[in-house]
Amino acid sequence: MSEQLKVKTMQEFMAEGKQPEILFWVGSAGSYDDRAKKITRAFVKLLNKANVDFAVLGTEESSTGDVAKRAGNEFLFQMQAMMNIELLNGYEIKRIVTCDPHSFNTLKNEYPGLGGKYDVLHHTQYLKELIDKGRLTIEGEVYKGKRITFHDPCYLGRANSEYEAPREMLSKTNAELVEMKRHKKTALCCGAGGAQMFKEPEKGDMDINVLRTQDALETQPNIIATGCPYCNTMMTDGIKAHEKEDSVTVLDVAELLANSLNL
Amino acid sequence: MEFLPNILFVIALILGIGFFTRNVKKLSRNIKLGKDVDVSDNKPQRWRNMVRIALGQTKMVVRPVAGLMHIFVYVGFIIINIEVLEIILDGILGTHRLFAPLGTLYDVLIASFEILALLVIVGVVVFWIRRNIIKLQRFIKPEMKGWPKTDGNLILYIEFVLMLLFLTMNAADYQLQQMGAAHYTEAGAFPISQFIVPVLDGLPMSTLILIERTAWWLHILGILAFLNYLYYSKHLHILLAFPNTYYGKVRPQGQFNNLESVTNEVKLMMDPSADPYAAPPADAPEPEKFGASDVMDLNWVQLLNAYTCTECGRCTSECPANQTGKKLSPRKIMMDTRDRLEEVGKIMDANKGEFVDDGKQLLNDYITPEELWACTTCNACVQACPVSIDPLSIIVEMRRYLVMEQSAAPMELNNMMSNIENNGAPWPYNQMDRLNWVNE
Repeated sequence: MSEQLKVKTMQEFMAEGKQPEILFWVGSAGSYDDRAKKITRAFVKLLNKANVDFAVLGTEESSTGDVAKRAGNEFLFQMQAMMNIELLNGYEIKRIVTCDPHSFNTLKNEYPGLGGKYDVLHHTQYLKELIDKGRLTIEGEVYKGKRITFHDPCYLGRANSEYEAPREMLSKTNAELVEMKRHKKTALCCGAGGAQMFKEPEKGDMDINVLRTQDALETQPNIIATGCPYCNTMMTDGIKAHEKEDSVTVLDVAELLANSLNL
Repeated sequence: MEFLPNILFVIALILGIGFFTRNVKKLSRNIKLGKDVDVSDNKPQRWRNMVRIALGQTKMVVRPVAGLMHIFVYVGFIIINIEVLEIILDGILGTHRLFAPLGTLYDVLIASFEILALLVIVGVVVFWIRRNIIKLQRFIKPEMKGWPKTDGNLILYIEFVLMLLFLTMNAADYQLQQMGAAHYTEAGAFPISQFIVPVLDGLPMSTLILIERTAWWLHILGILAFLNYLYYSKHLHILLAFPNTYYGKVRPQGQFNNLESVTNEVKLMMDPSADPYAAPPADAPEPEKFGASDVMDLNWVQLLNAYTCTECGRCTSECPANQTGKKLSPRKIMMDTRDRLEEVGKIMDANKGEFVDDGKQLLNDYITPEELWACTTCNACVQACPVSIDPLSIIVEMRRYLVMEQSAAPMELNNMMSNIENNGAPWPYNQMDRLNWVNE
């Protein structure tokens, strides 16, 4: 049990007759997955620190349908999308921030065609905005001298061309940023995308996450940074497969910033 | 009799171009078997993509060695067309080096053609070594056996021979010029072919003329034959790369299309005033198939993609599934699509333009569900393609068919999907627990 977070739901904002600055879309992983919940909490700590007036949908939130869409279930995707859009439009949501690049991509790119037009940001983009505006200052020595390598999530990087925001955020920790041989446009997938997270991989020589972790380990990192809850799980499993869990940790960019501030 | 060569030349030209036109028509008919898709958006971006990617070769140079060699062959091929124009005009008019009056400019042109011809030869030799001696991994994948391998090498042989003929022709011409032969007035500069001249030393004028004429004829007939070979070859990319990069995806790579037919159904389902038992009106069109099981279910840009594919395998070598030994190869998806489309085209040719069901389809007969389910939708293949092909869109269309028409997703995915349906999350948790993280 850690310190109390300040979290308000959209319903509470509505009852007060107010609008939040942003809606924080937590996502299914961020809500239920034990590891991803820590990322959610770290991000909220940063929001609290910066005094951001944000809302979550809470129990009203539902899957974006992204994973159903990648699996080919367009029906289920559109049902989820239309339900969510009805809710979001009902609350007159303008800006959405999420820690999950898959939610980010589908809310940003696929919801507009179904009537849901919002300004959608990945949490690293929003944190950058907070820092640029002077609302949040990161000056920690916690990670000084540590080597951090960033694994680009496919749905943030290649799919939406955002490579800089997470790197810029990582540089705030004063750690040494080292790039993997394949990074940015040529980054290798963690193996979870396209609904692979929810099934056993097809037969092959090895698992994709093990290969990707190998890329990361070649940089001799202390920390592998991710910006996606699924990447986080895959890289963590990869570290275990390489028996490196004692020397290398996997952390989300939000966790690294929160730790830097001893939040 | 004196016009015989001209007449023969014109006949060859008409035959060559005639057959080519016939092939282009067939190609266009096959591509149009695909569904319509709106590509009228983002025109400036599309033009930019074409200029940058197809004309500017920006994606080729991502791999520097292959990129540079490709630029040699590509530039050589384009520039040498000016020479081909002269050859064609000479052939029709019975002239010799018609453009010679250009003077110094002509010398510069011929000299640069020769240098390019040499560079093409260098490129082609390097390519051949990569394919046949170094055996680069991506050229020996399972889908590259048989015709694809032969086709790849044939193109290299043809280009090599064409360039050699061009240089031989020039060498003989140069020698004839020196000897002051009638017709062979001094024109052009021969920085490369001059080195072939010593081989021809001492030959009588008549033999030299025979060599020059033979090389000339074989060169132009070779070009006409090559033009017609394109349709049967991955080399079709030299034409289709341009429209393909124009029509390629301009939305963010992560943005998949929303199926409109599904939107209509979902809206109907969510409309409380809709009568769930209402029978469709008698004149209602047949309900649309969801997703794709055969080439006709794909859109025409996807079919154009298939014909544009050069089988270079950059997609496959970047594919995480392929790198970890899974059966998926994005290149094979494109090659299968083209093969099946060709098969459908042949059936139509044999049945007066009508397609008769042959009991086969793209799914299962060409592409297996195992390949489709191995995809992580990471877009690495799309990123890697030097000519803007999108294998991922085909994979997704076929997954849609498997899931929505056949309910044939892997069991774990069915569990995941029913969890979303029931609890609004891919895991079997209660929606009321969504905010538990706040107090943990």
